[in-house]
Amino acid sequence: MTTAKTPAKAARAETDPKPVSYREALTQAMREEMERDPDVFVIGEDVGQYEGAFKVTRGLLREFGERRVVDTPISEAGFVGIGIGAAMAGLRPVIELMTVNFSIVAMDQIVNNASKVRYMFGGQVSCPIVIRMPGGAGHQLGAQHSHSLEAWYAHVPGLKVVCPATPHDAKGLLKTAIRDDDPVIFLESEGLYAKKGPVGGADELVPMGRAAVRRRGGDCTIIAVSRMVWVALSAAEALAEGGIECEVIDPRTLRPLDLEALATSLRRTSRAVIVEEGWPESGVAANLAAHLYEACFDWLDAPIARVTAADVPMPYAKNLEQAALPKPADVVAEVRRLVGREGRG
Amino acid sequence: MAKTRSPSPRETPARPDAELMRGMFETMWLIRRFEERAAEEYMRGRIGGFLHLAIGEEAAVVGAISALRPTDPITSTYREHGQALARGSDPGAVMAELFGRATGLCGGMGGSMHLMDKERHFYGGYGIVGGSIPLAVGLGLAIAYREEDSVAMAMFGDGAVNQGVLAEVMNMAELWRLPVVFFVLNNQYGMGTAVERASAETDLFKRADAFDMPARQVDGMDVMAVHAAVSEAARLAREERQPSMIEAIAYRYRGHSMSDPDTTREGSEKERWQARDPLVTFERILLGEGVVTREDADAVRAGAEETVERAAAFAEESPEVPESELARHLYADPWSDDPRGGAVMPPARDERS
Repeated sequence: MTTAKTPAKAARAETDPKPVSYREALTQAMREEMERDPDVFVIGEDVGQYEGAFKVTRGLLREFGERRVVDTPISEAGFVGIGIGAAMAGLRPVIELMTVNFSIVAMDQIVNNASKVRYMFGGQVSCPIVIRMPGGAGHQLGAQHSHSLEAWYAHVPGLKVVCPATPHDAKGLLKTAIRDDDPVIFLESEGLYAKKGPVGGADELVPMGRAAVRRRGGDCTIIAVSRMVWVALSAAEALAEGGIECEVIDPRTLRPLDLEALATSLRRTSRAVIVEEGWPESGVAANLAAHLYEACFDWLDAPIARVTAADVPMPYAKNLEQAALPKPADVVAEVRRLVGREGRG
Repeated sequence: MAKTRSPSPRETPARPDAELMRGMFETMWLIRRFEERAAEEYMRGRIGGFLHLAIGEEAAVVGAISALRPTDPITSTYREHGQALARGSDPGAVMAELFGRATGLCGGMGGSMHLMDKERHFYGGYGIVGGSIPLAVGLGLAIAYREEDSVAMAMFGDGAVNQGVLAEVMNMAELWRLPVVFFVLNNQYGMGTAVERASAETDLFKRADAFDMPARQVDGMDVMAVHAAVSEAARLAREERQPSMIEAIAYRYRGHSMSDPDTTREGSEKERWQARDPLVTFERILLGEGVVTREDADAVRAGAEETVERAAAFAEESPEVPESELARHLYADPWSDDPRGGAVMPPARDERS
């Protein structure tokens, strides 16, 4: 509930250090956890000397040395598997994949090993890894560098799936993920690295499985994942000018999923639009809609609407890429359509 | 046999003493009898799924594992009953796992392909060819990270050599000088495809050349040869942080799994290999050196039979896995109150912040 303006919060805001970027929030989380726990180390392509493709590991090699900040060759399946083995021995690797697109190369290790070793060996072993990787589109990177694969990972029992939308959650959830005893897929958004905001201190964790209400409103619920939270918020702002008040909810983690927070809002507003950057078929929005139909059918005044990427590989041409991605105007249109329907009263 | 940069030795590895040799002989017979019994139980319908037998491969398995310390971590494939037994896992618990019972090594969650005995540093059997090799390298990385003096061994077959991930992790093991032994058990067939129909270079150990890693080939039907080769590989890894690759040439007598009718191989080929049966060969050596008498050898066989009989009886009498276990091991601290698992977090009982 970051939008609640209580006096206490206003007071704290004044004493808070200056806002930091989503990128720096992640760096802080890793640095603090590496200082706290000698078993935590970072491994991935160009994470050391180069300081990360997106500079998220900036300064870590200097501070912690080559033993704990390991540059790898371009061998995603290999070093993800090595991380899993190290985790089975009790270390806590934070594996950086340069982008979510390259995780497809490591899918066997993630799905067949990381998610299953605890279960198939009867609980004898833990796999405390975090696999960090940015996803999303919007920079004309074309068909192979623009994936949003939240749905693929959320599909897999044994994994946890985290998709922070703010610097505060990026830091707090990464710290939680590193301390977690199970494999965590930590999905960052390329489009959010420069986003600034307040962050918590070294001991402030954000729990998994607890959604955040980003804006209060009674006319329609907008559930938005990762960068789409910001798309939803600007849509909500535009709608408010026309007198439609939306409640914007960020699930923050897809596995575990805080269905109750989503359902509570929907039962009050009776209308929901779900926004994600992934594809529509068998996607995150489709899954959340199924959960919400089961939980809230009798409260609904309109079918649940989805705003997703177009059902195509990402095109390069700038105008086509924009056409393929969810935008505030798409969310506004869907909310207007739902609110315009006759309610059952 | 052919050899490249042999992990070779300023000193010859110590030959196993009489007690260890007797132990190796016992373990080989335990594996042989266990596998034969498992095949029978599969035919009776008491074992489900896939059942991959290692009959014919006992020397390679026992020679390699007996060359390590019991605390050296190993990973294996789906043909790994022998690895668990060689590591000292309770045969009853192994058989019960094959039967899918609660008393199994993994509580019935894994089955024949997914045995694990973490207490004995056996890090498991895996069903995707090549997929477990990175885990062994990760175990090796953890050893180096903690500056311990253990050695991790990846055990895999000739089929896995053509999975790309092996090249990836051999490269990293050599690049980072991790204490790892890559042990290829070349049993001549990747399922039904012969090595020469799958690998352009049939001397599989030569793959190590690409990574400037020492490697050698040994007779996998000769338990003493395998023991010596892996002893030296382990010494290199332990003392010099030098990973290496050992290729053991062996033969699997049965088909790929119990559901394989095994029609592609010539009978004469099997006979040729069986004439060099690793158990018979080793017995001859032990008799020659006076390590065992004929009576001792008979007693070892009888003992293995008894152990396996008890293991099967234990498995048969063991309870099924309670349905309440269905989602128990999904997470360290499962959040869902749904017995079938599920992503949904139950509402917080305490006040939401």
